[in-house]
Amino acid sequence: MYWEPERECMAREDLEQLQLERLQSTLYRVGTHVPFYRKKFEELKFNYDAVRSLDDIRQLPFTEKEDLRSNYPYGLFAVPLRDVVRVHSSSGTTGLATVVGYSRNDIKTWSNLVGRVLTAAGVTRNDVIQIAFGYGLFTGGFGLHYGAEHIGASVIPISAGNTKRQIQIMQDFKTTALVCTPSYALVIADTMMEMGVNPNGLSLRFGLFGGEPWSEAMRQEVHEKLGILATDNYGLSEVMGPGVAGECQECNGLHINEDHFLLEVVDPITLEPVAPGEVGELVITTLTKEAFPMIRYRTRDLTRFLLEPCPCGRTMKRMERVIGRSDDMLIIKGVNVFPIQIEKVLFEIKGTEPHYQIIVERENHTDKVSVLVEVSENIFFDEMKKQRQMVDHIKARLAAELGIGVDVKLVEEKTIERSMGKSKRVIDKRKL
Amino acid sequence: MLKVRNLDAGYGKLRVLKNISLHVDSGEIVTMIGANGAGKTTLLHTIIGLVRASAGSIEFQDQCCNKMAAQKIVAAGCALVPEGRQVFASMTVEENLILGGYVLERKEGRGAVLREMQCQYDLFPVLRERSEQLAGTLSGGEQQMLAMGRALMSRPRLVMMDEPSTGLAPLIVKDIFAVITRLRDAGNTVLLIEQNAKAALGIADRGYVLEVGKVILQGPADDLLANSDVQRAYLGREKIA
Repeated sequence: MYWEPERECMAREDLEQLQLERLQSTLYRVGTHVPFYRKKFEELKFNYDAVRSLDDIRQLPFTEKEDLRSNYPYGLFAVPLRDVVRVHSSSGTTGLATVVGYSRNDIKTWSNLVGRVLTAAGVTRNDVIQIAFGYGLFTGGFGLHYGAEHIGASVIPISAGNTKRQIQIMQDFKTTALVCTPSYALVIADTMMEMGVNPNGLSLRFGLFGGEPWSEAMRQEVHEKLGILATDNYGLSEVMGPGVAGECQECNGLHINEDHFLLEVVDPITLEPVAPGEVGELVITTLTKEAFPMIRYRTRDLTRFLLEPCPCGRTMKRMERVIGRSDDMLIIKGVNVFPIQIEKVLFEIKGTEPHYQIIVERENHTDKVSVLVEVSENIFFDEMKKQRQMVDHIKARLAAELGIGVDVKLVEEKTIERSMGKSKRVIDKRKL
Repeated sequence: MLKVRNLDAGYGKLRVLKNISLHVDSGEIVTMIGANGAGKTTLLHTIIGLVRASAGSIEFQDQCCNKMAAQKIVAAGCALVPEGRQVFASMTVEENLILGGYVLERKEGRGAVLREMQCQYDLFPVLRERSEQLAGTLSGGEQQMLAMGRALMSRPRLVMMDEPSTGLAPLIVKDIFAVITRLRDAGNTVLLIEQNAKAALGIADRGYVLEVGKVILQGPADDLLANSDVQRAYLGREKIA
């Protein structure tokens, strides 16, 4: 099912033509309308006429979150405020808030792109969609809301929180699609269990999750506990909000709305493009936004492009679910290591618990990594030989995944400290 | 159908078009709007082969036509309705139409030309009434229809029109634009160059805004009509705060 088949399934060469046209006019517009970009372009002696292919965007500097903050609130808007019909803002919990604006056409585009994501996930005008994303300054609630209305679904704008009421409404209103963060979906599932509500008795069929990184294991858990098809969608307020990319029912990665966004994956250190299909940091340039265009915005989200065509027929390139933040990256012996890579390996090995800790030390000017892995109790009481084998197995798998050798120590269940919030996975003892 | 990439073109040292990219898909009306001197006519003349591109590529029906002679480009299915009609004033309406069919005559013979002429008479009944009249004695609107009919005589896949509304009374403009819409609905593809932004965007599927040789905006025609830059610059609409 497609929302805009003529776009979502367009020939790659037609898409590239469209992207180039849109990129050229976007660059001209930001260079003339936004003082921040005008100054940058002047410093670079950047000539618009020099942009003759999509790759030429690499001549341009990145835009950072910090740039948004230092232009607080309206400095990066490309249209006068009277043409802005909506303003959203990030929470500002980690510093000064950032502000983004939308023109009337931007809202139209946004609704349409979210419409694509919803349709790809299976939602139609016949669905009753419960939006349990927070409304307000956060883009999640309103983004999904407008998209769902646009495709004609019946929208329940319940917003986040009050889980018991969510479940009550889900039962009474016969909700068929749930929109929230993946972790909140699990909270809902657990609360149902406590309330004695049988999820099989509900009308729920689809779950569209986004707003935070999650894993394949979580998808499985949501699927088992709620009996729904769980798909991932991606977006960020600096670029638009939800609607940048979304999974189709194949559940094999997110189709990027490439006719509206130009995505690059770069090495977070060298900032050079990674080899096709390699993991790196996602960088986004908007191609159609009027009020708040972004040129090469560093998302800090880590992902990779999936290069194989998708059986669903969409020609839009896919990206893997976001696997972490580049801020979390470790450099060990000059190799980039992401905690999520270690997590992935451990997850695939039977007998280990999803609790681990990475300790990085420097001995005689050499980096040394040890991974503490919790294992299920029964293994520990087994023979030493089996333990040995397991350690070797984990070591070999990690070496293959990371490209560097690491030390592995098995520890008993519940010996690694649990945290209420974000768990402390990495202890870096190097004094760098 | 038509793909233009990074096109540079001009006259002598004067660079008129700077890094222009645009495309026209089959079955749509695409309009290029812009003020006098923006480079609109130069663009059409470059596509049809009257002006040579100094850089960039023009692909028509997946065939590169940068270096093709104008008559070959017409034969490939691209026709131009020139600005200011440019009908042959001392010839009759019918003779003008037959001239427009020279490509068709070579391919399919005189019979096809005569049949095609009847199609044009059906599309523009006033031309049938005036068929024996000298083209120079027609009114402006009639001349415009003749120029369109003449271009259509080659059975083009893409019709490019250069300011069909110039110098015509508003009522006649309405007729002309109604014909363009009919052409599209009959499966033709149209690239329409206009100063009359409102009328052009009103019938177009997509549009580009050209300013001093650069595309500064592009998008669905509805979005451009709603765009405040377009409203201020081309539609004369300035909302008072």
